[in-house]
Amino acid sequence: MGCTEFFVALYFDQMTNNSDFNLDGPGEDLFFLSNGHISPVWYSVLARSGYFKTSELKTFRKLNSRLQGHPATEERLPGIRIASGSLGQGLSVGIGAAFAKKINKDDKTVYVLMGDGEQQEGQIWEAALSAPHHKLDNLIATIDLNGQQIDGPTKDIINLGDLKAKWEAFGWEVIDTEHGNDMSGVVKGLEKAKSLLGKGKPVMNLLHTEMGYGVDFMVGTHKWHGVAPNDEQLENALGQLKETLGDY
Amino acid sequence: MDTKYTYTEKKDTRSGFGDGLLEAGRRNENVVALCADLIGSLKMGAFQKEFPERFFQMGISEANMIGAAAGLTIGGKIPFTGTFANFSTGRVYDQIRQSVAYSEKNVKICASHAGLTLGEDGATHQILEDIGMMKMLPNMTVINPCDYNQTKAATIAIAEHEGPVYLRFGRPKWPIFTPENQEFEIGKAWKMIEGTDVTIFATGHLVWEAVEAEAILRAEGISVELINIHTIKPLDIEAILTSVAKTGCAVSAEEHQFNGGLNDSIAQTLIRNQPAPLEFVGVDDSFGESGKPEELLEKYGLNAKNIVEAAKKAISRK
Repeated sequence: MGCTEFFVALYFDQMTNNSDFNLDGPGEDLFFLSNGHISPVWYSVLARSGYFKTSELKTFRKLNSRLQGHPATEERLPGIRIASGSLGQGLSVGIGAAFAKKINKDDKTVYVLMGDGEQQEGQIWEAALSAPHHKLDNLIATIDLNGQQIDGPTKDIINLGDLKAKWEAFGWEVIDTEHGNDMSGVVKGLEKAKSLLGKGKPVMNLLHTEMGYGVDFMVGTHKWHGVAPNDEQLENALGQLKETLGDY
Repeated sequence: MDTKYTYTEKKDTRSGFGDGLLEAGRRNENVVALCADLIGSLKMGAFQKEFPERFFQMGISEANMIGAAAGLTIGGKIPFTGTFANFSTGRVYDQIRQSVAYSEKNVKICASHAGLTLGEDGATHQILEDIGMMKMLPNMTVINPCDYNQTKAATIAIAEHEGPVYLRFGRPKWPIFTPENQEFEIGKAWKMIEGTDVTIFATGHLVWEAVEAEAILRAEGISVELINIHTIKPLDIEAILTSVAKTGCAVSAEEHQFNGGLNDSIAQTLIRNQPAPLEFVGVDDSFGESGKPEELLEKYGLNAKNIVEAAKKAISRK
C-alpha cells in the first residue's frame, strides 16, 4: 500500500506504455518489479490500466489463476515480463533490458522498483556496480524506503546506513522523493529522475514511504507485511479508503 | 588401437564454443554475449572483437550476468553467457531458476571447464553436479557435446532454438573425431557404432573414451553399440529403448556424479519402460582433486578401461 501512489503515477502519468501487451515492449517504457511480494498493488494498477479486467483480481493466489502469489510469466498475465519474488534479481533484469534498448536504438526508459529490505541481497550490489560502468542512462531504479521488513524495522535487522551515499559512491545519480505517499511529490520525483536521464549515468530514486499508508491500523508497522486482513479488518480498511469501494 | 573413429588433431571443446559463437553472431544479429571476466578461458575474444556493441563484460558478478541476460531477451536478443561451469550453475542456481527457467527466457548458459578434466585447479572448480542441477529445472534444455566439432555445431544450433539452454563443455585438448560442419539436432541421439551385445551411452569427453573401449571390446569378440547422447534433456528415449531392446544391457558414461547425471536419466528410462542391466561410469559421490586430466580419469574410474569393465559386467548380468 505504501507504493500505491508510485504505481499510479507510473502507469497513469509517467510511463509511455501499451496495455495491448507486447512482452518485448519495443518503443515503450518498461517496468520491472523486483520485490515481487507487493504483487497485489501491481496487479491492481495493471488491471485498472487496461491490461486485464478488474474482475480477474478476485482470482489472486487461487488455483489456476494468472495472478500468482508472486508475479510470473507462465500464466501469460499481460503486463508481467519476468518472474520475481526471490529477492535481489530485478535490477539485473532491468540492466539487461536497458542494454537491449540501447542496442535496438530504442530511446524509451526502463524502470525498476525494489524494496529496502531487499538491499541486503548481494546481487543488488553487483548490479549497482554494473549499471554505471555500462553508462546505462536509460534506467531509473526506485527503492521503496518504508524502513520495514518481515522481522522488524530495517535498521534493527541489518541497518542499510546511508543509502544515498552508497548509491552515489557506486556512480548513480541519486534523488530523494521525500513524500512518497503524496501524489504530487511522487510525480515531481519521477519527473526529476527523468530529467537526469541521457547523461551517462543511471538514476536512483529513493522513495520515502510508509508501509500500510492510508489505513490507520496498518500504517508504519511491519505487522501486515505478509498477512491479509480478516473480513472485519478489510471492511474497516476499505471504509478509510472510500475511492477503492465499488470497483473491486 | 583400431578405433572406428580416428583423429588427426586435438583441440579443446571450449574453442568449439568460441568459434560457434562467432558463427552464430554472424548468422543472427540478435545474438549477444556476456562474460564474467573469463573471455580468454571461454574463447569469446573473437566475438567481442567482431561485435563489440553486442558484447558485455560483466566482471566477476555471475548473478548479475544471469539477470542481465534474462533482461536482454526482453527486446528480442539471444544472450549467451560465458563462465566456468561451477559459476554458471551452482553459484547462480536461484537466478537461473527464477529469471531464466521459470520465466522461460531465451538465455544460453554456456559453461566451460566442466568436470574433472579441468585438471590442476582442483575440486573447487571441477563441478560434477551441474548436469543434475540444470536438468531438474523445468523448461531447461541440457547439452554436453563431445569434441570441438560437435561443440561448435551445438553452439550454432542452440542460437536457433527458442528457450533456455545449458551448454556444457571443457578445458583440455581432446581428440576431434566427429565430422566438421555436422548437422546438430537437439534431442536426437547419434548412433555412432552399431552392435548387438551391449549398448554404451556416452556424453561429453567420455564419448572418446567409449570409442576406444569399443575397439578393445571388439578385439575380444564383443559387439558394442555406441550411442552419443549429446542432449541429456530432452532425452532421446526412443533411441535408448530401441537399442537396449536389441542388446539387452547397457553402460552409461559421463564426467559427472552418478547422482543427477546422464546415468540416472538412462536408469529412469529403462526402469520405467524395459528394465535391463545398466552399469554406471562416472564419479561416485565424491569431489575431485588436482592432477592432469588423464590421471584424474584414471583415478576416478572414468577412462576407456573402466568402460570396458562396465560393459563386461553389464553383459554378465543379462
